[in-house]
Amino acid sequence: MAAIPIPIKPAAEACAPARSLWQRQRWLILRRSSQLLILLAFLSGPWFGLWIAKGNLSSSLTLGVLPLTDPLLLLQTLATGHVPYAAALTGAAIVLVFYLLFGGRIFCSWVCPVNVVTDAAAWSRRRLGIKTGRVPDADTRYWLLGGTLVASALTGTLAWEWVNPVSLFHRALIFGMGGAVLVIGGIFLYDLLVASRGWCGHLCPVGAFYGLLGKTALVRVAAPNRKACDDCMDCFTVCPEPQVIRPALKKVGQESP
Amino acid sequence: MDTGKKTARKVTEAVSPASAARRKFINSVAAAAGGGCLLALGAGLYSKSTSALPAQALRPPGALPEADFLAACVRCGLCVRDCPYDILKLSDLGDTVATGTPYFTARKIACEMCEDIPCVKACPTGALDRELTDINQAQMGLAALVDHESCLNFLGLRCDVCYRVCPVIDKAITLETQHNPRSDRHAMLLPTVHSDHCTGCGKCEKSCVLPEAAIKVFPRALAQGALPAHYRKGWEEKARHGGSLIGEQVELPVRGFEGPTAGRSATETVLAPSAPAPAVQAPSAPAAPKTPPGINSRWKP
Repeated sequence: MAAIPIPIKPAAEACAPARSLWQRQRWLILRRSSQLLILLAFLSGPWFGLWIAKGNLSSSLTLGVLPLTDPLLLLQTLATGHVPYAAALTGAAIVLVFYLLFGGRIFCSWVCPVNVVTDAAAWSRRRLGIKTGRVPDADTRYWLLGGTLVASALTGTLAWEWVNPVSLFHRALIFGMGGAVLVIGGIFLYDLLVASRGWCGHLCPVGAFYGLLGKTALVRVAAPNRKACDDCMDCFTVCPEPQVIRPALKKVGQESP
Repeated sequence: MDTGKKTARKVTEAVSPASAARRKFINSVAAAAGGGCLLALGAGLYSKSTSALPAQALRPPGALPEADFLAACVRCGLCVRDCPYDILKLSDLGDTVATGTPYFTARKIACEMCEDIPCVKACPTGALDRELTDINQAQMGLAALVDHESCLNFLGLRCDVCYRVCPVIDKAITLETQHNPRSDRHAMLLPTVHSDHCTGCGKCEKSCVLPEAAIKVFPRALAQGALPAHYRKGWEEKARHGGSLIGEQVELPVRGFEGPTAGRSATETVLAPSAPAPAVQAPSAPAAPKTPPGINSRWKP
């Protein structure tokens, strides 16, 4: 199993205040750049007449040759009984293979635009000191994921796509629509007032799907240098899903201090 | 009070850690399932409420029937991007058209009917069917002249704009000549839509000169009636078989109508008793009021 090592800094350096912005936030900066570049690839066409990617995250055509389709959306289409053309099937297969190789929730963190909103909500929640609300069970998203497929099969339409905030937001950004503000605003308020980190980690069926897909991926984040951990808890503070840190860092049977 | 609570907790703990864990598990599963189902149900209901295409929204050429279309379309907007005239748009949340699906509104902008149909070629899922290769076979909608009271041609004027702009002129829209009962001496050229040729491009509705179009293009399901499957048209069957299939019928006289044809059998040759031959009419008094055939509009020159 290949692994990208994340160097864990020695205590003195990790807690030193003199670190540059890049050192402190390089993963966030890289993630935001990736999200922005993907958005720009779709927007350069309508804005500057330079067509790189057409369509949106649901299904797209890059440089006129590379089809990409959301595999979850394709599953829902198949659940309705419709068998799409080869373009969509190929596109979904490419995306599927990519996320089977590069795992975790890379789609959610590096591609999906919604986490900009939910991160902003979490930041505001921290700043305003809001502690209210009730976080739903993290399994809700799997029920919702199943629900989207069942709803497609029962209604014979892509039921979830009427309200799916992920595709709705991305489509709105690319095609310039205002209605998505309602749903995205709803998610912001939900994460701010009702459930801390509620949407991405507990409800979103798209995230649940990519989470399942990435579980057995070849390339995943690992902590081979976990011996050097000095329990400064910085990672717990910044991580939107801190429950994933403990098994990676402190699992029983692993070498850890 | 405190002791009561403590005893209660003790009792719960005393049950056994396994059953407490089970209870917690059942609770959380129930909450998750309930929440998930509620959200999915909400989405489903919302999708049901907007699954009927509104009257003014037309799908791109080659679109599957609406129910199938909503299963096949992944709302990617590739058809919108490949439309050279920027006619298609994606529905926004809150629009009456299913969220994210492509449509156009004829009165705003009509389909240009490109011969290579780029929107159909762009569709990755087959929501726009590639079986459609001749744009003249497209069935985006069907035009209907809905308002006979404001249509200028129905008023006896010669507007003809919808007829002139029709890309399938003289097939999809023809001008049918009819007597104008108001003037009694002019013709009305009535724009008439033929469903087997109309592609629903929307040019006629877009170009109607009235502030509110008298001719409108609707999704086919709204604009078209249907005869019961078992109906046979007598005159067609007769022509096909070279004669009546039920033999000679007794001809009954037509009664109850005032006027020159009253009381005559339908098959009887018209002798025109009230309209004498022109040779006879010419010498007779020209001032004599003559009842013209058809509806008397009481129009006097």
